[in-house]
Amino acid sequence: MENVVELKNVAKKFKGFAVENINLEIKQGFVTGFMGENGAGKSTTIKMILNLLQPDAGEVKVFGLDYHSHEKAIKERIGFVYDGNVFFEGLNLKDIKRIVAPAYKRWDDDLFYKYIEQFELPLNKAIKTFSKGMQMKASLAIALSHHAELIILDEPTAGLDPIFRRELLDLLQELMVDGNRSIFFSTHITSDLDRIADYLAFIHKGELIFNQSVHEVAENYALVKGKLDLLDRDTEKAFVHIRRASTGFEALTDNSSEVKKTFGDRVVIERASLEDIMYYLKGGIHLG
Amino acid sequence: MQIIISNSSKEPIYEQITNQVKSAILTGELQEGAAIPSMRKLAKDLQISVITTKRAYEELEKSGFIYSIVGKGSFVAEQNLEVIREKKLHVIEEQLNAVITNSKEIGLSLDELQQLLTILYEE
Repeated sequence: MENVVELKNVAKKFKGFAVENINLEIKQGFVTGFMGENGAGKSTTIKMILNLLQPDAGEVKVFGLDYHSHEKAIKERIGFVYDGNVFFEGLNLKDIKRIVAPAYKRWDDDLFYKYIEQFELPLNKAIKTFSKGMQMKASLAIALSHHAELIILDEPTAGLDPIFRRELLDLLQELMVDGNRSIFFSTHITSDLDRIADYLAFIHKGELIFNQSVHEVAENYALVKGKLDLLDRDTEKAFVHIRRASTGFEALTDNSSEVKKTFGDRVVIERASLEDIMYYLKGGIHLG
Repeated sequence: MQIIISNSSKEPIYEQITNQVKSAILTGELQEGAAIPSMRKLAKDLQISVITTKRAYEELEKSGFIYSIVGKGSFVAEQNLEVIREKKLHVIEEQLNAVITNSKEIGLSLDELQQLLTILYEE
C-alpha cells in the first residue's frame, strides 16, 4: 500500500463555504504537511479523513478501506492530535487512560507510561491545570499509545513556544524512523514544514492547489524579480501572481523552467519559501 | 559518518549529502562494505525530511557508490578508485578548457589566471 489516505473528488458544502474537488494522497512512511491560511478548509478536510464529517460527494479511503464497512478497523489505526484539549478538563491523565484504553485493541500501557515519563506529564493533576504545550503532549501520548500507523495532527504547533515546537518536531522525526508510520500535519506555520515535510498539500479557499513532494515544489515554484518592461500579456502567463512596484516586479511562478526559458538572464530567479508561496497564492490565482 | 548540512547554501541539501558521502568514499574514509546509516536514521540525525535523504541515497545508488539490501540497510559499494580518479580528471580538464576559452575572450593572461586559481584554491 503506497497511500494511507486517498481522497477522490471530495466535496463538502456549508453555508457560505465549500471545499470542492479535493484529490489528496497521503503517502505511507512519509510526513505530509497540509498548509493553507486560516479558513482555507484544512480542518474540514481532516474531519472528512476522520469520518467526523461525511462528504457530499467523492470518495474517502483510509488504509485502502472505506468508512462504510470498516470504520472501527480504520480508527484503531489512527492517532489524532488536535490543537487544544479534547478531554474533560476536570479529569487527570490516569482517568483519561482508563476511559480511552479499552477502546483500542492495541493499547499499550508500557508505551503510555514511557511517553508520560518522556514528556514529564503529571498523572494525577487535572488536565485543566496543564499548559497548552502539556495538553498537546498529553493528547500526543494517548495517540501514540495504541500503535497508530497514521498520526494526524491538526495545527499542533499553534500557540506553542518555539522551544516546544522544536521538541515536537524532534519527536515526530523520531517516529518517522519507523517506515510504516505516516504523519499528516496541518499548520499555517510554514517553518515547521521546511524541516520535516516530505510531501506538501496546499489548500486555498476550499480548493487543493497542489499535492507534491518538497522537491517538486522547490523545482516548480520560484520567485522571479525583474524590470517592469519585461511584462506583457504573453510573458505574464508564466506567473501565478505578480506584485508591481515602481522599482520593478516580483512574481511567483509555478513553472520555474519555463520562466528560465522565456527570460533567461534578464530576471533574478530565487527559491520561493513556503511562506512566499502561501502569500502570493493568497493574492489571487490564475492557473494555466 | 559525519555530514555537515548548510541550510543557507544554494546547493540543495540532498546534493550536499551525496557530495560528502562520495568524497568520504573517494578519500577512503568510508571503506568498501562499510554500513552507512539508514536513510530514516540519517534524516532524523540531520533533522531533515526523509524524502531528502531518500533522494540522496537513490542518487548514490544510481552512480554506484552505495547499494541497499531491503531489511539490512545500505553499504558502501566496491569502488574502482583508479577509474573514478580518471573520470574526475577528465571532467576537470574539460572545465579548465572552458575557463581558458573564457579567459582568452577577455584577454586574461596565463599568469593572471594562475594567480586567480591560486587565490581561489587556497581560500
